[in-house]
Amino acid sequence: MIEFLQQLINGLSLGAIYALIALGYTMVYGVLRFINFAHGDVFMIGAFVGLFAGPMVMRGFGGQPTWTGAFLVLIIAMVACAILGIVIEKLAYRPLRNRPRLTVLITAIGVSLFLENFGQLPFVFGPDPQSFPDLIGDHAITIPAMFGPLTDLTIMVSQVLVFVVTIVLLVALRFIVTRTKLGMAMRALSVNPVATSLMGVNNDVVISFTFGLGSALAGAAGILISIQQPSIDPLMGLQPGIKAFVAAVLGGIGNIPGAALGGILLGVIETLVVGYSDVLHIPPGYRDAVAFFLLILILLFKPTGLLGRVEREKV
Amino acid sequence: MFERSKFTLLASIAAIFVVSRFSSHIGPYYYDIIISIGINIILAVSLNLVNGYTGQFSLGHAGFMSVGAYTVAALTTAGTYTVLPRLAFLGPVVSISVYFGVSLLLGGLAAGIAGLLVGIPSLRLKGDYLAIVTLGFGEIIKVIIENVDALGGSRGFSVLTVYTNLFWVYSIAALTIFVVLNLVNSTYGRGFLTVRDDEVAAEAMGINTTKYKVLAFSLAAAFAGVAGGLYVQFKQFITPEGFNFMTSVSIVTMVILGGMGSTAGVVLAAILLTILPEWLRYISELPSLPAWLVPLLQNQMIPYSILLIILMLTRPQGLFGVAAVKRKPA
Repeated sequence: MIEFLQQLINGLSLGAIYALIALGYTMVYGVLRFINFAHGDVFMIGAFVGLFAGPMVMRGFGGQPTWTGAFLVLIIAMVACAILGIVIEKLAYRPLRNRPRLTVLITAIGVSLFLENFGQLPFVFGPDPQSFPDLIGDHAITIPAMFGPLTDLTIMVSQVLVFVVTIVLLVALRFIVTRTKLGMAMRALSVNPVATSLMGVNNDVVISFTFGLGSALAGAAGILISIQQPSIDPLMGLQPGIKAFVAAVLGGIGNIPGAALGGILLGVIETLVVGYSDVLHIPPGYRDAVAFFLLILILLFKPTGLLGRVEREKV
Repeated sequence: MFERSKFTLLASIAAIFVVSRFSSHIGPYYYDIIISIGINIILAVSLNLVNGYTGQFSLGHAGFMSVGAYTVAALTTAGTYTVLPRLAFLGPVVSISVYFGVSLLLGGLAAGIAGLLVGIPSLRLKGDYLAIVTLGFGEIIKVIIENVDALGGSRGFSVLTVYTNLFWVYSIAALTIFVVLNLVNSTYGRGFLTVRDDEVAAEAMGINTTKYKVLAFSLAAAFAGVAGGLYVQFKQFITPEGFNFMTSVSIVTMVILGGMGSTAGVVLAAILLTILPEWLRYISELPSLPAWLVPLLQNQMIPYSILLIILMLTRPQGLFGVAAVKRKPA
């Protein structure tokens, strides 16, 4: 039971990361109907912004890990990624707005490869893993003795932080999407882009905003995962990027609550499969294959995802 | 039409046979490049059937290549002392040819079956799902091979023999071009083009679009498997990491540069993009070059990615492609 709870906690904190990245995929898919392949690499850039900004901010706070400093680094990474996302959209995707989706998809793959391989150049980030500064002084939380057997659980401060930050960001996103004018425009655009432009919505602004919002969430995810894992490298966005896409499909691509749900579910399932690999007779090495088996299962049985709606195709 | 193309195929195989007699005069470096070009032609032309003619988007060609490569590697290793001696009555050349030919065929079959298994769930859906599923499949295959100790795991698999030669590679390349061209030019094969041009209209005309997509996909996978078999019997050493996403993307780049749906263009692009990294490496070794430029030239994915973006922005139909990709989305 304790072991199960432990796996569940690990799974939830991993799932929160997937959820944050998946939101970017699903929002862009919602407005433009294409898979932004470069999204995982925006997440990687977020981590590297933290790598550079982290020590600078920490120096400003006397070289000690502080909550304010960590928060500042998070904001810096989110802003930097938002700008990057908007720039990518403007340079690479906007000129292709009315082209077939395949053309845009290929461009997105090009952008993704460019970010990955440009990042590997020795004068950019370099190909080797680099250790990420300990922004919050991560340690295991001591659970009070009154919780009895639960004291055996290992909960890291970073795991709680990941979960709290994710929930705060999700609530903020929910507010933006449902309560603000831009959010309303975003939802309208995903239903019918021609109608929104006729209603006086500037579609370009809304699309830029969507990219900025999604990329900011990816940037936050980049910082949150780097706090938990020892090192970062320019190819770190590849696997989480693809898995987050699977999460978005699992929840129903284009559906915002679906992406959050799909991300959390995927994180929990993946962690449980690895944690119980001896019971399930699946070697732990198959960790990275879990998401794809899941993807094939969804496509076979419920291609619209858990919360997705069936879209009628009009000819 | 059909008879003439058959004649062309036989004539080119005969010509390849004659040329391959002189292959010992080619230096090892250039021989290596020539074989790589041939293997890339097989990969790119077969992928063009899916990405170009049928209008789908597969990102897992390297995965199917690895299925074929590992199948052929296992078969040729396992049978060297058991199966091969039994064929000895055919004489040394014929027995090895039959043995290698059958291994390649089985490698292609294995990859084709893998293609069928991946294609059936993902090709029923419209949209970009195939890209992600094939990408995922490439990863799954990699993870599976890494965890199977009999195949060497992540340490890789080495074979002792080098059966692949210029004749094998280029006659199979010619066969691939022959099959793809004849297929898409046949009455039956027009179905592939209709799926690409308008899936809804094709369905309305009674075309079973899923069947066409799955057929194109499995056939391309089978050819990729054969290419993988040729690859392992040439390089003698394969690792799961060697068939990663980047390998798939470089094949996709060949198809896009050549022009989706143009076999001649894709063949030319396969030749160009196999030589390009070698040429860039040559330039990067020039002594007068500034030091910061060297890693930029040695990482072939940077020019590939820039090429992809610029092509899509300026000439999405590729060098020789038909204008089908210009079509506006429905």
